Amino acid sequence: METPRALRVLLALMLVGLLLFPLVGERFYIQYATKIMIMAIFAMSLDLLVGYTGLVSLGHALFYGIAGYALALAGGDAAVSLWWSLPGAMLVSALAALVVGVLVLRTAGIYFIMVTLAFAQMMYFFIRDSEYFGGSDGIYLNAKPTMSLFGWAPLDLGNQLHRYYLTLALAVATYVLLRTVLRSAFGRVLIGIRDNEPRMRSLGFPTFRYKLACFVLAGALAGLAGYLTAVQDGIMNPEQLGWHRSGEALVMVILGGMGTLAGPALGAGALMLLELVFSIWTKYWQLLLGGFIVAVVLFLPGGLGSVFARRRGGAGHG
Amino acid sequence: MDFATFLIQLLNGVQYGLLLFLIASGLTLIFGIMGVINLAHGSFYMVGAYLAFSLTGLIGSFWLALPAGVVLAVLLGIALEWLLIRHLYRRDHLYQVLLTYGLILMFEELRSILFGDDVHAVAVPALLNFSIRLTDTLSYPVYRLAMSGVCLLLAAGMYWLIARTRLGMMIRAGSVNREMVQALGINVGLLYRLVFALGVALAAFAGMLAAPVASVYPGMGNQVLIISFVVIVIGGIGSVRGALVAALLIGLADVFGQVVFPQIAGMTVYLVMAAVLLWRPRGLFGSA
Repeated sequence: METPRALRVLLALMLVGLLLFPLVGERFYIQYATKIMIMAIFAMSLDLLVGYTGLVSLGHALFYGIAGYALALAGGDAAVSLWWSLPGAMLVSALAALVVGVLVLRTAGIYFIMVTLAFAQMMYFFIRDSEYFGGSDGIYLNAKPTMSLFGWAPLDLGNQLHRYYLTLALAVATYVLLRTVLRSAFGRVLIGIRDNEPRMRSLGFPTFRYKLACFVLAGALAGLAGYLTAVQDGIMNPEQLGWHRSGEALVMVILGGMGTLAGPALGAGALMLLELVFSIWTKYWQLLLGGFIVAVVLFLPGGLGSVFARRRGGAGHG
Repeated sequence: MDFATFLIQLLNGVQYGLLLFLIASGLTLIFGIMGVINLAHGSFYMVGAYLAFSLTGLIGSFWLALPAGVVLAVLLGIALEWLLIRHLYRRDHLYQVLLTYGLILMFEELRSILFGDDVHAVAVPALLNFSIRLTDTLSYPVYRLAMSGVCLLLAAGMYWLIARTRLGMMIRAGSVNREMVQALGINVGLLYRLVFALGVALAAFAGMLAAPVASVYPGMGNQVLIISFVVIVIGGIGSVRGALVAALLIGLADVFGQVVFPQIAGMTVYLVMAAVLLWRPRGLFGSA
């Protein structure tokens, strides 16, 4: 689905805004904006499954959390280099997604939702109940990864501002990567699978392999988000793998609009900003946030992103 | 493990399983018949527990609080279906997920406004507040046995309702072909409203029954929500019989998992689910 022009303009404006934001924002807000961008990466990676391939996963936090833990275990006390720890952590997530994907992709529909949940919950309890992973307290990262390359260090991740710009760059890179992937022949096959898998199969596409590749890519990108979370928060705990985290990402995707890349990023921003605004405004912010979500479902059938879409007969995705 | 301990664990597992059945049967009916994924189902369980707490305080009797709570839960179900849920029947499942997620947030906050964030206790009714001695040191509380008995009665009642009554016949027909049932002159909208109210009432009743043994605390709904979904998926979605078998399986797996493999106790339930679904991708009693 083409991104509507109004939304593209908004995205460009948002990018400029995000580039300039640290000039005016206070430290707390820069920190919060970093977290929003991390969740936007996570939500976009989930949308590759949910919105483009029709695979609704409620266990995506498994791949998010496991990369964070990989970094925490590799570099809990001593600083490690980002240049190998980031690809390494994403590889861990990708491998986990490969193993889980081979098993869960045998099921479909609501059963797929539940089996992905089951695997994520297993990993959640495994990590929570294991000494090696620090139990329910989690693991602290006492040192941030270094970015020095042959003696040259472009960014110092101990600095919030530098973390902000690294996250922004990676969020944009994720967007561009996914956009490229989705416009390629591979992406067209994924959308074909979403719309009619038996037809794709009878056209001769090995749909299982396509879905598995998609699952692995989404897992690796979730790993990117998890890695950044560990760097940003300086701690990894089991809650990062829990179903709440997966559910939150799913809510961001649906709220913003499935099957568009900007939608989930918009959903992440909207959900987290409203949470912030409502919680500053009132102690009972959950009531307002819940009411807002209910209202979006009732009055904006295509999610927040649909506000920008030109009215053309019928919604384009299922 | 000696025999008395084994017996106690067995009874605990069955009791937990039957309680899960009450919650899960409503969830499986709402999904199987109405096609609605209801994440707020755990909240209805929580509503029941807080109803038991507040009504017992107001009325002074647990026994009168039970029917009063059921009536209120039915009214809540009817109101929610009329206001919100009926707009979702023709929508993608994911919007049902989103709306009911919003409901969870609202119910949690309303609970916090009305009752605060403390843990509350509901007294076990005096009539059942004693234990049966098994050995010199071990005994089993009668209230838990009574809970299991009530759950079994309700399970039998639901079987009768769905398999043997005219209403049950309409419900089954409505799940297969909504348009055809409507064309035959049956008010499907009303039927769905009744099914939803029944599901809410079952979950709330489970919450009320559990209140004296599990106490009443924030977030209690979220804990049972995921387990209830596990139960209905293992049983096969829409199958009340499957929900009963799966609930007992999960109840026993959870209780014995804690005794036999304490280091991986949290995982047992999900291991069972993954194993069942990899073996039968549509659950034990799911239709192919």
